[in-house]
Amino acid sequence: MNKLKLLLAGTVAALALAGSAAHAERGTDGDLKILFWQAVSTMNPFLSGGTKEVYASSMVIEPLARYDEKGELTPMLVTEIPTVDNGGVAKDLLSMTWKLKPDVKWSDGTPFTAEDVIFTWKYCTAPDGGCAQAAQYEGVKNVEAPDPHTVKITFEEPKPYPYSAFVGAQSPIIQAAQFKDCVGAKAPGCTSANFGPIGTGPFVVKEFKPNDVVTFTANPNYRDPAKPAFATVTLKGGGDAASAARAVLETGEYDYGWNMQVEPEVLDTMLKAGKGVLETAFGTQVERINLNHYNADPALGDKRSTKEAGPHPSLSDPAVRRALSLALDRDVLVEAGYGAAGKPTCNIVPGPPAYASTKNDSWCLKQDVEAANKLLDDAGWAKGPDGIRAKNGVKLSFLYSTSTNSVRQATQELVKAMWAEIGVDAELRNASASVFFGGDPASPDTFQKFYADVEMYTNNFDGGDPEKYLAEWLCDKVPGPSNGWQGQNIPRYCNPEFDKLVGELSKTADLSKREEIAKQLNDMLTEEGAHIPLIYRGQVSSRSLKLAGVKMNAWDSELWNVADWSRAK
Amino acid sequence: MFTYTLRRLLFAIPTLLIISFVIFALLDLAPNDPTGDLPLTIPPEVREQIRASLGLDQPFLIRYLKWLQQFFVNEPLNILESLTGWQFGDGSRMRVLSWATRSPVVDLIVQRLPQTLWVVGLAYLFGVLIAIPIGVISAYRQYSIFDQIGTFLAMVGYSVPTFFTGVLLIVIFSSYLQWFPSVYDTNLRVTDVSTFLAQVKQMALPVTVLALYNASQITRFVRASMLDNLHQDYVRTARAKGVREQAVLLVHVLRNSLIPVVTVIALGVPTIFSGAIITEQIFRVNGLGQLLITAVQGADIPLVQTLTFIFAVLIVLFNLIADVLYGILDPRIRYD
Repeated sequence: MNKLKLLLAGTVAALALAGSAAHAERGTDGDLKILFWQAVSTMNPFLSGGTKEVYASSMVIEPLARYDEKGELTPMLVTEIPTVDNGGVAKDLLSMTWKLKPDVKWSDGTPFTAEDVIFTWKYCTAPDGGCAQAAQYEGVKNVEAPDPHTVKITFEEPKPYPYSAFVGAQSPIIQAAQFKDCVGAKAPGCTSANFGPIGTGPFVVKEFKPNDVVTFTANPNYRDPAKPAFATVTLKGGGDAASAARAVLETGEYDYGWNMQVEPEVLDTMLKAGKGVLETAFGTQVERINLNHYNADPALGDKRSTKEAGPHPSLSDPAVRRALSLALDRDVLVEAGYGAAGKPTCNIVPGPPAYASTKNDSWCLKQDVEAANKLLDDAGWAKGPDGIRAKNGVKLSFLYSTSTNSVRQATQELVKAMWAEIGVDAELRNASASVFFGGDPASPDTFQKFYADVEMYTNNFDGGDPEKYLAEWLCDKVPGPSNGWQGQNIPRYCNPEFDKLVGELSKTADLSKREEIAKQLNDMLTEEGAHIPLIYRGQVSSRSLKLAGVKMNAWDSELWNVADWSRAK
Repeated sequence: MFTYTLRRLLFAIPTLLIISFVIFALLDLAPNDPTGDLPLTIPPEVREQIRASLGLDQPFLIRYLKWLQQFFVNEPLNILESLTGWQFGDGSRMRVLSWATRSPVVDLIVQRLPQTLWVVGLAYLFGVLIAIPIGVISAYRQYSIFDQIGTFLAMVGYSVPTFFTGVLLIVIFSSYLQWFPSVYDTNLRVTDVSTFLAQVKQMALPVTVLALYNASQITRFVRASMLDNLHQDYVRTARAKGVREQAVLLVHVLRNSLIPVVTVIALGVPTIFSGAIITEQIFRVNGLGQLLITAVQGADIPLVQTLTFIFAVLIVLFNLIADVLYGILDPRIRYD
């Protein structure tokens, strides 16, 4: 089976090469049909931070630079990536300068200049605008244009990793002329601009039907006269993941289907039709179980899971935290729920490869029930008559919550069974995703409130640098009533040494040192049991064999190189 | 009859106002959040700003009154403007905006209506057309083979959910036989014979699924109502007078039997507009049903509020129509 797959992949690659060589003309390959089972709501990613909107708009509007399929920065609208070495980033790390390509045009034929870049910054940081990507511009003091093709960004404090504003699919450039009357509170009113932004990308919006279908045509002013190969694109939305997979893999109605969150065995049967293949890429998503460091006893009422509640009666014991991790067979969890879309992991920062630590793989990746049992025995947690361990009247019985999703519920069942082997009981609970992730301070079921002992979900970071992500485990980021339950340190982990090391990371510019510190931070979190990393989750999409040029990318938009896609011959 | 209708219409106003308030309060109390679907990489401060830009930082009552003004004053004025070309005031007024798309809700509904009316409406029509003859014959030949099969099919059609029949039809007719597409193309314009055929093809599966479901419901009503009438004295009288059996059945019995059936059909009309949530999702018809369910999932409160309120209006209206129809069809019933 594997050999066959390899052979198939080889053939496809050969076809792809042959295909791309034969094409040297724009718009010769007809219609490209893409299926997103979550329909696109708007083409302005600043008004909706949803992945589907970011991806769809990436065909039209582009950032200055984006990440390629290996997670490395590639210039798009600029001549090169500014670094300290080439003088693009100032030595004091307080400013950086981007050199724009001189002859880039908007799809309406007007020239693309530094003014558009400045406008984009002003648009997204305007008060009352509610810009969903405002975090990309954090720490930016000013953006100015020394000349029409140079953009200078100054930062409020030294930025060792400055590639955030105008970089990646989340931070594209919009046209100043089109959006000049849409700044701040006026942004939602500009419906035609939000549905059809003028861009520099390979395609232009022809018609936009919100939450249904988008049609694109090739951009006549695209900077590469030979691209894109497709004359039009139809991006249909709606339905569910399984039927989307069927439309690409079985009936062949569509060329590309985004986000195939479908049980592995269902996908396998569909693949047998031989009409398409799966494309997988691994970015930074990790499914993890957070261990509550504060007491979540319902008897505490509003105090539970806050500092006033005090430390958790059993999870504050390091032996318990480690035993819970040792008891898990991650390979089984991957096989049952994720297939090709998951790998066992013990890291919270699983990539880019240079940042991925291997330090804890030896003890953590393999299930070791015996060691877990011994650990608990030694720590004084003795099994009671019901088979559940207890110490001083505290039982190892946990409330285990997550969001409603068939894969997550199956994983919960498996984890519960694995924990039962070491005398730990779990009560399973799930809440609708829009409630669980909704962050409504009035709701007791949000993941921020964490009114449970352990909870499971996936989180990740954008782009190639984990600094901001690792800063989520700082002591002052613990959610609680004082900050309206906002704050990303969900496990309520607090270690002054960790805080100090994060501070060091934010001052370090040397790349290899940054990698070193990031790994250390990641290892601290795993070793001290802030959480139990479970699965390194990949993105899976499906592609018809009739489509060539797809380079699956987990660091940027999956459609990042749609200009290079072509019909396989 | 006229004063009765007028009285009912006036009475509908406070009813609808209360309904709109209850819907708004329910949606407000539900623990949903419009930023809940966003990636976790978007930090909490930014989420707070997004919520504020949606107006969620204002008190409940203010938001409700704003919606009332937008829906009952601004939107009708807007429709009037676009119909007549007149302008009221400066022409710029706050419309009901969807949170997910940031575009006017009414425009979204207008965009979705055609496919919902075509697919769900046609399925309702076919359902009725299939149901009446089957119901009549089933009742006339009670306990015959035809009746048994009809009853069996109605039970199957009624009890097997559309998410099963829909997927079953896709697997058979789209995946295996490849006769019909599994994805509905809302961009298709019927301009010539080939596009007409394409439209028929893409409507075939969803219409079949829904027609089967509708027919199995209505056919039971027809059969029951026919059975009630077949044993009435007037039928015996007609037969005794030597009226032909066909005339007895189709003129006397059927007409009388249709009175309750017509009201059932009228009461079912609002469900056409509310779409067929599941069937629309399966075939990606993307009509009003899909609009509603994505809005519910994304906590797009203005859209859910407006859509459910329009459905409430339709239900109140068709209840009235059913009552009036009953009075017209059955001379024994007088409201005045």
